[in-house]
Amino acid sequence: MATVTAHDPHAAAHDAHAAAHDAHAHEYKQGFFERWFMSTNHKDIGTLYLLFSLLMFFIGGAMAMVIRAELFQPGLQLVHPEFFNQMTTIHALVMIFGAVMPAFVGLANWMIPMMIGAPDMALPRMNNWSFWILPFAFTLLLMTLFLPGGGPSGGWTLYPPLSLQGGYNVAFVIFAIHMMGVSSIMGAINVIATILNMRAPGMDLLKMPLFVWSWLITAFLLIAVMPVLAGAVTMLLTDKFFGTTFFFAGGGGDPVMYQHIFWFFGHPEVYIMILPAFGIVSEIIPTFSRKPLFGYQAMVYAVASIAFLSFIVWAHHMFTVGMPLGGELYFMYATMLIAVPTGVKVFNWVSTMYKGSLTFETPMLFALGFIIMFTIGGFSGLMLAIVPADFQYHDTYFVVAHFHYVLVTGAIFGIMAGCYYWLPKWTGHMYNETLGKWHFWLSTFFVNLLFFPQHFLGLAGMQRRVPDYNVAFADFNLWSSIGGFGFGLSQLLFAYIVIRTIRGGTPATAQVWEGAHGLEWTLPSPPPHHSFTTPPRIDDRMLAHGDVTH
Amino acid sequence: MKRVSDVLRRLRERRPGLRQALAWPALLLFAGSALADPQRWQLNMAPGVTETSQAVYGLHMIILWVCVVVAIIVFGAMAYCMFAFRKSRGAVPDTSLVHSTWVEIVWTTIPVIVLIVMAIPSTKVLIRMSDVRDAELTVKVTGYQWKWRYEYVGTPVNFVSSLARDSDRTRQLRSGLDPAALAKDGVNTYLLDVDKPLVLPVDTKVRFVVTADDVIHAWWVPSLGWKQDAIPGFINEAWTDIKTPGTYRGVCAELCGKDHGFMPIVVKAVPKAEFQQWLAAQPANPGSVSAMAANASVPTAGAALAASAAVPAAAR
Repeated sequence: MATVTAHDPHAAAHDAHAAAHDAHAHEYKQGFFERWFMSTNHKDIGTLYLLFSLLMFFIGGAMAMVIRAELFQPGLQLVHPEFFNQMTTIHALVMIFGAVMPAFVGLANWMIPMMIGAPDMALPRMNNWSFWILPFAFTLLLMTLFLPGGGPSGGWTLYPPLSLQGGYNVAFVIFAIHMMGVSSIMGAINVIATILNMRAPGMDLLKMPLFVWSWLITAFLLIAVMPVLAGAVTMLLTDKFFGTTFFFAGGGGDPVMYQHIFWFFGHPEVYIMILPAFGIVSEIIPTFSRKPLFGYQAMVYAVASIAFLSFIVWAHHMFTVGMPLGGELYFMYATMLIAVPTGVKVFNWVSTMYKGSLTFETPMLFALGFIIMFTIGGFSGLMLAIVPADFQYHDTYFVVAHFHYVLVTGAIFGIMAGCYYWLPKWTGHMYNETLGKWHFWLSTFFVNLLFFPQHFLGLAGMQRRVPDYNVAFADFNLWSSIGGFGFGLSQLLFAYIVIRTIRGGTPATAQVWEGAHGLEWTLPSPPPHHSFTTPPRIDDRMLAHGDVTH
Repeated sequence: MKRVSDVLRRLRERRPGLRQALAWPALLLFAGSALADPQRWQLNMAPGVTETSQAVYGLHMIILWVCVVVAIIVFGAMAYCMFAFRKSRGAVPDTSLVHSTWVEIVWTTIPVIVLIVMAIPSTKVLIRMSDVRDAELTVKVTGYQWKWRYEYVGTPVNFVSSLARDSDRTRQLRSGLDPAALAKDGVNTYLLDVDKPLVLPVDTKVRFVVTADDVIHAWWVPSLGWKQDAIPGFINEAWTDIKTPGTYRGVCAELCGKDHGFMPIVVKAVPKAEFQQWLAAQPANPGSVSAMAANASVPTAGAALAASAAVPAAAR
């Protein structure tokens, strides 16, 4: 790496692409295999990540449809409870590690080099490798469904002793998680190396777009916690197959220790899945308000504080395990504190809109939907922080509603917003605005029908992760299932819009959006193979945040 | 085709619910009346039947209203911006409005104050909930896949409580039986009924020592206001003091395998005298010894209990 960074960025890209590319790069036509399987190009790898993520989104979504179909009415109609538990477990693993995280890495790959004025990512070959681990990891994970004994069914958190009751699938899932972890860590190293070493002259840290900032911080979180997860699941592996007793009380171990280690990974992981979405929304709101982001530095510091706090609140996922009073009080206070920087972010977004000049294209709609519905998820999060109340909420549908508001209408809506925002830049074509708006309104209607009634179910006493329920819960489950099917079908529209935009459409200008600022909008749409072959000469007025005095 | 018509029939039967739906606001306001069992169209937490559960309900309502007020302010401001500053209405952006130290201090400080105000009552309730001293009766609860064992510590009474037969038959895959048909005293008991309920005296501080024998479970009766994980090898404590006689239903709240959804809890709270009569009439169960044996695989739990029920044994 040292040799790469010692060169100028121009040379770095050439290192990766060898002599064949040189000055004749634009004349050299890559074959299909070479372009998509051997790629070291940040855009092509970004595309691979995004398409992979979309595929996983539909696979995980299909599992959610099985779940909602079984919960359509009381009584067991479709699947055995064992299979139902496999669906909830794998749905979560696929959506977290297969859909949300790769989507953000895909967006980082596409946008970070263009936003900071670099030709490519700092470590292009590692970039290729970190993507190509993923299809193998998810093959391992998904093939457990076809093994004797089926897939993992102990929940995505893999709590022992339950998760160790699984058969072969335990080893498959653990190796799959190891591979996903390796992929994430390499992706994170690449992001950090790119941002710290390859910014064009004049792109100071405090002039960087917020999407780049949020990814820089996210990458540090990834490097910090993925090894912790790897350690936790490796201990599960040795407990299961090599006779250790890390988590077995009969051998001097402690099942609760697993939960502490897991959530020390798990809570930062939650923010890994939301901070880049904060970044995306912080790009979109100023563009469609035609006004710079309000309180830029406060926004950067808020992301950093949220990242720091994420390391010291993990046990709020386990208030009911029987912690000492002092522990519960500490984790309650620390968790409540997160509301402060998160509030700052929401207030700043709203202030950005104040005295702006707003238009409501699809990316803006998704960004506004994000702010409102993520905030609703934040409110239920604050309620969950109150320990005595959590004793009631914990492990009920209230929690299910909470984290789906944060992850679906938060993370996924953020990703959708980013896709619509940058799709014209990527493809050189405008997407169909009418269809995009339909996609937004259908998704918003159905996602609320899907998840809002789950708050009521949880408060009325319906526990999580059950395939069947008392008749009193039938009505809201019916609503929720209808919302689920509607939301699932609406996403087919998204796939259609994306494919249509790739195939053709009105040509996009370089700037695409009237209010867009930043280096990525100075490149033509679609951008050239190597984004910036020479570092751009940066005029502060080109940047969304060129003025560092605030 | 039969399945389809079946679903349609059930949907039709559900129609009266629409009338109830109109009563929603009333339900939201008067959720304070004792709703021990989950109700159709129930929107809010029920306050429960102990001082603790009512205190928890109180906290829940405070934080809910705090969230509602903040939501009205934030979403109201957003709605105003979306309405007032539309380009289509000729809005011209004020690009100089990008920073204000003063408002940033204000909107950082106010949430901190609100949170501190919120933390004080929460802390008080939590401290009270964690005080298990001076209990008059101790019940040991052990979770198994997929049933509960209850031992009245200091007595020979000890039994296993599992899902009621009628619920069990109905919940089999494609059983063809109608869950709506299961009712007791006008309350649907599908998956919320057991063969042998846990009987407890009212107006008595009852301490629970909670553990498990195989995987982690969680013992939860919403009307009592808390849930507590049952962890193999460790003993957790909790307590309750039920004010009103009645039947209170709950469930296992921690995923514990395929029949996690099918190991309910029923607590029957009776007057003290009736409880003593009931306790005396129970067969002394030699199973209390075998229960110890069952715990042999988890020495800490067995040893702690053998030592004395009074020892707060949470080894951690």
